[in-house]
This record gives sequence, C-alpha cells and structure tokens, in this order.
Amino acid sequence: MKFLRYLLPLVLFLGLSALLASGLGKDPRVVPSPLVGKPAPAFDLPTLRDPARRAGSATLAGQPYLLNVWATWCVMCREEHDTLMSLSRSKLIPIVGLDWKDDHPSALAWLQQLGDPYTEIVSDDDGRVAIDFGVYGAPETFLVDAQGVIRHKFIGPLTPGIVERELKPRVAALRAGAK
Amino acid sequence: MMRRRACLLALLVLVQVACVPFAHAIDPLEFKDRAEEQRFQKLTRELRCLVCQNQDLADSDALLAKDLRREVFEMMRAGKSDGEIKAFMTQRYGDFVLYNPPVQANTWVLWFGPLVVLLLGAAVVVRVVRRRAGSATDTNDTTAAGVDEV
Repeated sequence: MKFLRYLLPLVLFLGLSALLASGLGKDPRVVPSPLVGKPAPAFDLPTLRDPARRAGSATLAGQPYLLNVWATWCVMCREEHDTLMSLSRSKLIPIVGLDWKDDHPSALAWLQQLGDPYTEIVSDDDGRVAIDFGVYGAPETFLVDAQGVIRHKFIGPLTPGIVERELKPRVAALRAGAK
Repeated sequence: MMRRRACLLALLVLVQVACVPFAHAIDPLEFKDRAEEQRFQKLTRELRCLVCQNQDLADSDALLAKDLRREVFEMMRAGKSDGEIKAFMTQRYGDFVLYNPPVQANTWVLWFGPLVVLLLGAAVVVRVVRRRAGSATDTNDTTAAGVDEV
C-alpha cells in the first residue's frame, strides 16, 4: 500500500502530461464548425461572370458540390489555386466559388490569369452569406451533398494531399450513398 | 537645411500613415442614446473575433469583425435580445465565439474541474493535519510519523 502512495504523484504527473500533450498538436486556428451535418444556409447571389444572373442554394441543389470561399486579397487562395485547377480537371465534383468581399474586375483578371476552376461563381459583396456559413478566414471549402447538407468543412488551403486523403473518400461515400 | 526639413516632413507623414491601422476600431454607427451604445459595447466585448482569436469584436480591426459589429448593431435595432444575438453567433461560429463559455455537459470539466482539484487538495491537507495531530499526542516517542507524510 505504501508503495502505491509513492506512485500516485507520478501517475498524476503522467496523466496531466498526457492531457497537455494532446493539446500541443492541435492547430488553434482550426475551429470546428457547428454547421457540419446541418443544411447549408440558403443563399441567392449575383454571379461574378454575369451580375445580372443570380445563383444560389436553390439552383445548386440536386448534386453534391464544393463551395470554395476565396478572394483576390487572400494570399493563401493563390496558393490553393493550382489544386483547385487540377481538381476541376479531374471532374471529381463541381466547384462553386464564393467570391468574398472582393473587387469584381480583380477577381475576373485573377481567373483569366490563373485559370478558372469554378462551375459557378457568386459574389458576396457585403459578406453576409460568408457570415451565414460561419466563414472566418479564406480559403475555406464546404462539401455539400445533393440534399444540401454540409458534410465537411476544410479550413485553410486545399492541397493535393488533402484532396487525396480527405476529399476523395468523402465524395466516393456520397456517390455510393446516393445510388 | 531645406533638405532636412523635407526629410522631417516626410518622416512625420510616414509616422502618421503607419499609425492609422493601430487606431481604435471605430465604425460610423449612429447610436440612439448612451444606453444603446453601452449595450453594443458590452455585447461586442463578450464575442470573440475568430480572425485574431485573442481579441474581442469590439477591439478587432479585422474586416470580418467590422462586418460582425454591423450585424450585431442591426440585430439590436431589429429588437433582438442579447440571447438571440449570441445564438446567431454560436449557430455560425460555435461556442468558441463566446468569451464566457456556457455551462453544459462538455464544459463541466472546465467549470468544475478546478473546484474538484481544490476539494481533493483540501481533503489531503485535512487528513495529513489530523494524522499529525493524532501522532503528536499519543506516539510522541516514535519517529515513524515523519516518514509517513509525503
């Protein structure tokens, strides 16, 4: 019994160390979204390419898509762009762009220069739709299923590795579930 | 001399420009009265800016914080209660936006953990003190008491 009593501080210490160590590897910038598993907020916005036309959750319903929040003022979005281009070429899933509080001519110039991976782009000039989606820093990407439910949120730039490991299996699961 | 003066002027301009981003986050919001302004200040101090995580909405200069302040202001004008405004924020950004975390199942350890540790410590102290008092009165001549207490 006495032996156990001397061991107790060591056990407490190891327990506390394990608890603190588990927090070390976490990125404090990644805040889990309460919207995952819930229907995507309804939105209806003018499209970037033709501001007279509108698009939104109603026109996009019926098939899974990625909603990619980007802007020309966002440095990481530029880093992400190549991944979006190759993702678009692979025709895995349609990518819808939400151009967040951006200057329209710059956005169009960006797409002309770097390529356009989007099947549809809507302009969120006042940032209200981004707030509804709980966006706090571009780029963020939402995986929305055919029923309009948010299945996953990617915070930060997509990379080929993330596409391979985290996006492809999820899209495959969605397609398998739909059949 | 002229050159030096020009340099000084340029420096002054530079300093002023550099200081602009550090000015307080002030939006052109028109408050009806002092009470409304105080309510707005209190609310935005209780909400976290997720862009610069250790700043509240009232203090942050981030673009998003500005948008969210506008959102809070408009909800206040629309007659929403503080609870409704906070619910609007947590539905979108999660409990992390609240500086004052709610008491619920997943925060029990956070709220009551320190109290539990305090009680455990107090229990240990009480036990040690009692034993020491006991050993001091009836086993005055043994030295074992000193070894026991860790």
